[in-house]
Amino acid sequence: MLNISGIAASAGIAIAKAFRLEHPDYTVTQQTVKNAEAEIAKLDDALAKSQVELERIKENTLKELGAQKAEIFESHLLILNDPELISPVKDMIVNDQVNADYALNETSKQFVSMFENMKSAYLQERAADMKDVTKRILGHLLGLNVQNPAEISEEVIVIAEDLTPSDTAQLNRKYVKGFTTNIGGRTSHSAIMARSLEIPAVVGTKNVLEQVQPGDLVIVDGLEGVIIVNPSDEIVAEYREKQVKYDEQRAEWRKLREEPTVTTDGVHVELAANIGTPNDVAGVLDNGGEGVGLYRTEFLYMGRDKLPSEDVQYNAYKTVLEKMEGKPVVVRTLDIGGDKELPYLDLPKEMNPFLGFRAVRLCLDRTDIFRTQLRALLRASVHGDLRIMFPMIATLVEFRQAKALLEEERENLKNEGTPVAENIQLGIMVEIPSTAVLADQFAKEVDFFSIGTNDLIQYTMAADRMNERVSYLYQPYNPSILRLVDMVIKAAHKEGKWAGMCGEMAGDSVAIPLLLGLGLDEFSMSATSILPARSQISKLSRADMQELAAKALECSTAEEVVALVEAIQV
Amino acid sequence: MEKTFKIVDEDGIHARPATALVNTANKFKSTESFAEANGKRVTLKSILGVLSLGLEKGSTLTLITQGEEEAAALQALEDVMVGEGLGEVNA
Repeated sequence: MLNISGIAASAGIAIAKAFRLEHPDYTVTQQTVKNAEAEIAKLDDALAKSQVELERIKENTLKELGAQKAEIFESHLLILNDPELISPVKDMIVNDQVNADYALNETSKQFVSMFENMKSAYLQERAADMKDVTKRILGHLLGLNVQNPAEISEEVIVIAEDLTPSDTAQLNRKYVKGFTTNIGGRTSHSAIMARSLEIPAVVGTKNVLEQVQPGDLVIVDGLEGVIIVNPSDEIVAEYREKQVKYDEQRAEWRKLREEPTVTTDGVHVELAANIGTPNDVAGVLDNGGEGVGLYRTEFLYMGRDKLPSEDVQYNAYKTVLEKMEGKPVVVRTLDIGGDKELPYLDLPKEMNPFLGFRAVRLCLDRTDIFRTQLRALLRASVHGDLRIMFPMIATLVEFRQAKALLEEERENLKNEGTPVAENIQLGIMVEIPSTAVLADQFAKEVDFFSIGTNDLIQYTMAADRMNERVSYLYQPYNPSILRLVDMVIKAAHKEGKWAGMCGEMAGDSVAIPLLLGLGLDEFSMSATSILPARSQISKLSRADMQELAAKALECSTAEEVVALVEAIQV
Repeated sequence: MEKTFKIVDEDGIHARPATALVNTANKFKSTESFAEANGKRVTLKSILGVLSLGLEKGSTLTLITQGEEEAAALQALEDVMVGEGLGEVNA
């Protein structure tokens, strides 16, 4: 028995015999060819065979995965017939008297290096498409016995160095129970395809292909990112059980995707997702998110060498709002500085970055940066239900200053004739104890609160969450934290406002019953936690949880609180 | 005939709209279509050519049609540019 670890790319458990999908040797050698016509005929024949194959793959993908995933093969077909590729190859065969495979390979290399040298990351990745098409044609030219994943006819786990887009598209879900590769990460092409096919997958194992022989029994644990080769009977039995449990649970969660989140006594709460980029929205909708509770805008500012323009930001916000189709989207304004650095801002190093010049503190000083973001947000507001919140608010004066800047930019845009939505809710993150304690005063002026528990806990406990030696003080269930959360929610409700939470705690199965009892209106978490949370809440009664929360507020330690919650979880 | 566009898509030109442009150009057999940007001209009947222009957001792209159906071809190409959200007509 052998354990190999990798990256969990697609959730689920699969157990089956190994099928090694190996790509043959595509090495080509230069040969002198007298009969150019025969070489060209060979090329045309290989192109025709490739064309038939690609048409079939495209149809198959269209049927299995939909039009969007099939588009890539439409591009492959165009490359196959591209005069800019085929004419130079034929010219080279004639002029240099070389074999077709050599001419093709040389010409293709030029395009690959052209793509690899392009500025845009997107176009750089097109080199992979060029290589994929070239291999397909070469396979026919060289008469190679290319394994066709579409021809697998028994249940298997596919083991490969990597899977090309066309490999993945041909995997038959009926027989391919899971796959694992040497290379790749969570966002690599094969991982994304695995998730849309709902096939368990572990990628980036570095050497699984070298360690597994054809016919070995293999377990793919796409939950933990582990591959087990030739497991003992006991391990197989254990994983079979895990598999059944997971599949049942997933089926149950799936049923809840289009359902609202309602307790047994009919109370509705909103389950939203935390996102970082517009690309994350697909996952939110796929997991039944009722909104975006935290859009971290930092990513727009990171990984570049200058501030993002108003238009770049506007496009990102607009995309998120449009894709969410009218569901609420809470955007947090820039939370940078301190530990999250932007080299181009050239901020001085600080002794206590978490207590330093960051987030709204920086924005109120660098109003040029802040105004650009506010304008982009205001312009995007007409595309959906936009809500704006300011991070790291410690005093009401800070909130008023930030709001005044927003109102100024709203006036400016109106005067320029740019439309802006009238009803943009304006809220704050509650993550500093001073703000939680004074929530009753804040509630008179803000439209909502979103409790940021990660920071609220570290500031309340005075424990740096990056410092492992004090990590025992990161105590979400400490009654002191629960009392602060309780104060914030009560203060909001007293003024008819809503209170949400966007820290890790909101998706935590121990915290959820307590938060429900405390009256939290919106829970924002990572997208994959939404369906499990919805399932949990649908089994709880708000009235019972209110009793539970009242008891928890009177506890003296976090351990007592956990014991209370565990007593009701059957 | 020709018409100039400004690329407005955040990602510049990518495979889907490039595919649509080439497929559209191929429909007009009697007309030659070209794309020109940054001083480079390529045939619109080649997806590799179109992608090789490396168009980014803000780039200027001129589409040129020559032949019997040049007006219809240019109109069809414009529809793709605008319909795919790739570019807008440079006023």
